[in-house]
Amino acid sequence: MLKNRIIPCLDVKNGRVVKGINFVDLQDAGDPVEQAKIYSDGGADEICFLDITASNENRDTIYHVVKETSKKCFVPLTVGGGVRNIEDINKLLNCGADKVSINTAAVKDSNVVLESSKKFGSQCIVVAIDAKKNGDKWDVYTHGGRNNSGLDALAFAKKMEDNGAGELLVTSMDRDGTQIGYDIDLMKKISSMVNIPLIASGGVGNLDHLAEGIKEGNASAVLAASIFHYGKHSVIEAKEYLNSKGIPVRI
Amino acid sequence: MKLSIVDYKSGNISSVINSFKEVANDKVNIEVTSDIKKIGSSDKVVLPGQGSFKSCIEALNNISGLVDELNEFAINKKKPLLGICVGLQMFADVGYEETETKGLGWISGKVSKIDNQGGKYKLPHIGWNEINIIKDSKIFKSIENNSHMYFVHSYEFIPTDKKVISATTNYSTKVVCSVEKENIFGTQFHPEKSDKTGLKLVDNFINL
Repeated sequence: MLKNRIIPCLDVKNGRVVKGINFVDLQDAGDPVEQAKIYSDGGADEICFLDITASNENRDTIYHVVKETSKKCFVPLTVGGGVRNIEDINKLLNCGADKVSINTAAVKDSNVVLESSKKFGSQCIVVAIDAKKNGDKWDVYTHGGRNNSGLDALAFAKKMEDNGAGELLVTSMDRDGTQIGYDIDLMKKISSMVNIPLIASGGVGNLDHLAEGIKEGNASAVLAASIFHYGKHSVIEAKEYLNSKGIPVRI
Repeated sequence: MKLSIVDYKSGNISSVINSFKEVANDKVNIEVTSDIKKIGSSDKVVLPGQGSFKSCIEALNNISGLVDELNEFAINKKKPLLGICVGLQMFADVGYEETETKGLGWISGKVSKIDNQGGKYKLPHIGWNEINIIKDSKIFKSIENNSHMYFVHSYEFIPTDKKVISATTNYSTKVVCSVEKENIFGTQFHPEKSDKTGLKLVDNFINL
């Protein structure tokens, strides 16, 4: 039976791990290579690096981080943040990323997803959707949550599937950093609409939230940052908890 | 011992390279190459594969003499070869991803889309799944039945002769996830991304 995945996400800035609270107020939380290794040894099913300020700054540091991490971690590594074009994707994959997540570039030009999934295969193309509720619908935000594209998140999700995305990483901007749980309504709506796996993100504050994301949000995988980073819970604890709730995980 | 990882410019093989380098001791010389002479003089060959069946076959054919050299290595000389993911799928006679494409024809069978029961199961089949070891394959030495391996694929290899199947995994159907035919080995899952169990399989292949 296919297991639900737990993915610790490391927000990386200038080669160092930071924690994001609604994408501002950053704190240093250590070396990404070492942290990734600790997570993979501790049972993480995948590791995700998000290069959070990459759209604005020199991002060459991330290539070095990815290269070093891939020599030490033998679980899948997803890298996102500031991926602009096919060349960026190619570079990250060559450094050892297994999947690349595309956010702003996919909104600007959906052909990036179409072309990259054709060139590298859908298996390594993740489209990251930052969604924020405005009225009774969700809008897609870009540039690390700063700009509203005006696109409807549900329609955009479907379009990305059609364009060849292998997975969707859906982050609720309303919940990110709040620790009050995933936006279940958003996750459920998108996952029932598409046939590709959904990774739920944004808002995890306790282990029950992870279970909700999978059971109620129908997510194939759950991504979390702060509950793991500061030792509130270990990945193994999270897995044992999910297992006790009847959710299949790799233990 | 000389082991070649075939670099035929199709997809990302750095993870495969890293995993073999992690496991290999200094008696193993790992070469990442598309040079047919180097491949021909190897003791073992690893054939990775990412992207579509069609794009991988085209990429193999783009390197002059490579398919002939691989045929010579695996079929005539019967030296150990490990195919990973699409590398395994290419053993088939034919693949149906994008369009009908002729495979290497080493293990009779076809590669077709996983039947996801009309959308009941998500595709690609991504993540960790347990393998049911049904044949005592050398690459599974010291690997327990029901171990978890990492998968990411939408197409599956369906061999004609079921005796070549060494492991399956349960998804929407029983998906063939490992084959062994004499000197030819293949895994649909990614040992290079399957943590310690995957590295054990890499180690087993190196030590065949």
